[in-house]
Amino acid sequence: MSLVLGALQLGVMYGLLAIGIFISFRILNIPDLTTEGSFGFGLCVSAMITIAGHPYFAVLAGCLAGALAGVITGLLTTKCKIHPILAGILTMTGLYSINLFVMKGSSNVSLINTDTVFSDIRALLPFLSKDVSRLAVIIVLTAVAAVLVAAFFKTRLGLSIRAAGDNETMVRASSINVDRVKVISLAVSNACVALNGAILAQYQDYADISTGSGMLIVGLASVIIGEAFFGKRGVTVGIISAVIGSTIYRIIITVITKYLITSSMASASWLKLISAVIVGIALSIPAIKSAFAKFKMKKGGPFGA
Amino acid sequence: MLKLESVSKTFSKDTPNEHKALDNLSLAVDSGEFVTVVGSNGAGKSTLFNAICGTFMVDAGAIMLDNKDITYLPDFKRARVIGRVFQDPMKGTAPNLTIEENLALAYSGGNGRMLGFALNSKAVEKFRTELEKFGMGLENRMKTKVGLLSGGQRQAVTLLMCTIVPPRLLLLDEHTAALDPAMSDKIMEITKDIVKSNNLTTIMITHNLNFAMRTGTRTIMMDSGKIILDISGEERDKMSLSELLELYSQRSDKVFDNDRMLLTKRTEI
Ligand SMILES: Nc1ncnc2c1ncn2[C@@H]1O[C@H](COP(=O)(O)OP(=O)(O)OP(=O)(O)O)[C@@H](O)[C@H]1O
Ligand SMILES: [Mg+2]
Repeated sequence: MSLVLGALQLGVMYGLLAIGIFISFRILNIPDLTTEGSFGFGLCVSAMITIAGHPYFAVLAGCLAGALAGVITGLLTTKCKIHPILAGILTMTGLYSINLFVMKGSSNVSLINTDTVFSDIRALLPFLSKDVSRLAVIIVLTAVAAVLVAAFFKTRLGLSIRAAGDNETMVRASSINVDRVKVISLAVSNACVALNGAILAQYQDYADISTGSGMLIVGLASVIIGEAFFGKRGVTVGIISAVIGSTIYRIIITVITKYLITSSMASASWLKLISAVIVGIALSIPAIKSAFAKFKMKKGGPFGA
Repeated sequence: MLKLESVSKTFSKDTPNEHKALDNLSLAVDSGEFVTVVGSNGAGKSTLFNAICGTFMVDAGAIMLDNKDITYLPDFKRARVIGRVFQDPMKGTAPNLTIEENLALAYSGGNGRMLGFALNSKAVEKFRTELEKFGMGLENRMKTKVGLLSGGQRQAVTLLMCTIVPPRLLLLDEHTAALDPAMSDKIMEITKDIVKSNNLTTIMITHNLNFAMRTGTRTIMMDSGKIILDISGEERDKMSLSELLELYSQRSDKVFDNDRMLLTKRTEI
């Protein structure tokens, strides 16, 4: 039971990451590597402010830190004309030092015996079990973020962002500043990612500088799994499907680590390979499908066997 | 209204591919004029539009719109007062957005509160009445993604996007060339209606000479980045197609050559 609750908690929480990746990868068409840095940025900022005694403000600050990281990548792409992937790598690399600085030079800090949003809510609602109250906090946070992001994409600005990923010429012709739109959308995307990092620090009572690495793939896997169930539809459906995709991904990972990976393998270290394989396969599905269709056509053709 | 003064643009300067696309070109268009532009392939017609819209900065000269110097104004700021429809129906609309979302973008443009909801019932109602006028049934498909529409339907949506807030200047770059004859006529009809009812100052590039002479109030002919013929009024009304072609070969020392024109001439003679 607690295994299921654990998977749900992580799945819904990483839904925040998935929403961020959905924005950059599906709406803007950029695999944004800033993610790896901004996740850690949110995590470190939140951890330090939580230790300082402001757990709620910590979550907000972590989120804003991520937005800042997104703005930097956005400016590198639009103003300095650096390739989006390279711009993301630059920000990510720079953030490693920043994150170390935020954590005062140590690569990890512990939040045990520190007040967090989770401990606060648990004290407020003592009739809920620990796991349930933690899940409640996570669901509320993700739901609020999802609703805000979905509403944002219905505004004029949100619409411009969607159009910019679709047809830049047309957005310029509609007298919209495409550069500004891109910067804002990268900020929103990375704010979601960093929010995930910020809440994760309090969830695990622990922050490690290397937590962000591999997050882009985790997010991509979630988005793609979600799309396998819901298809590619509007933004609102896309956001919901990203969160559900993340939950399914987490359940898959839980099952794999619980039953398939023996203790002789250092389980955590295999997760990244598994995620990479899932994403690799999912992204090749269109190519596999067309190869299969060609094969069938060949066989069924007038000269086929 | 629109004034270009000695505008020049050279592509790939100082390379073997150096090409002077606009050569010391001057042009003045008055408010309310409907100018048609003809010229052989590569004459610089689209480049002229790019210069007016700010797709690139010109090498020399000045561009004025409504007595304002826009020579160095970025493209998206000029777009507030200039509407442009391209030949390629894919260029004017965002395929993954619905018809109403595309229109909403154009309707709100750069101004207005960016954080307000893009679609409100008043705006949607306006889109519906405007689309109804086209008689293409688009008013019943407002929630359809534009990517699913035919080229002509997309072009109609683009036209509406460019004119729903009437621009000071409307630029049409062979906007019916990619369509089949019936659809091309339809879009042309819609264009004329819109231009007339909003009294828009319009410049239209076309490869159809006949059309160029029959539509609008003035015709200019371009060659090698220059304007070689500029006719309006009585002179234009009296001129026949063969006289026009004769003038062209006199002034440019070559035979009028436009690959797309050959096709249309055959259907019209
Ligand atoms: N961005 C560019 N870079 C380099 N050369 C260009 C560029 N844009 C246009 N040219 C060149 O400038 C010349 C004029 O091109 P333009 O597109 O204006 O012709 P056009 O009159 O519109 O012709 P068409 O009837 O084929 O549309 C052509 O020789 C073209 O190759
Ligand atoms: Mg052209």
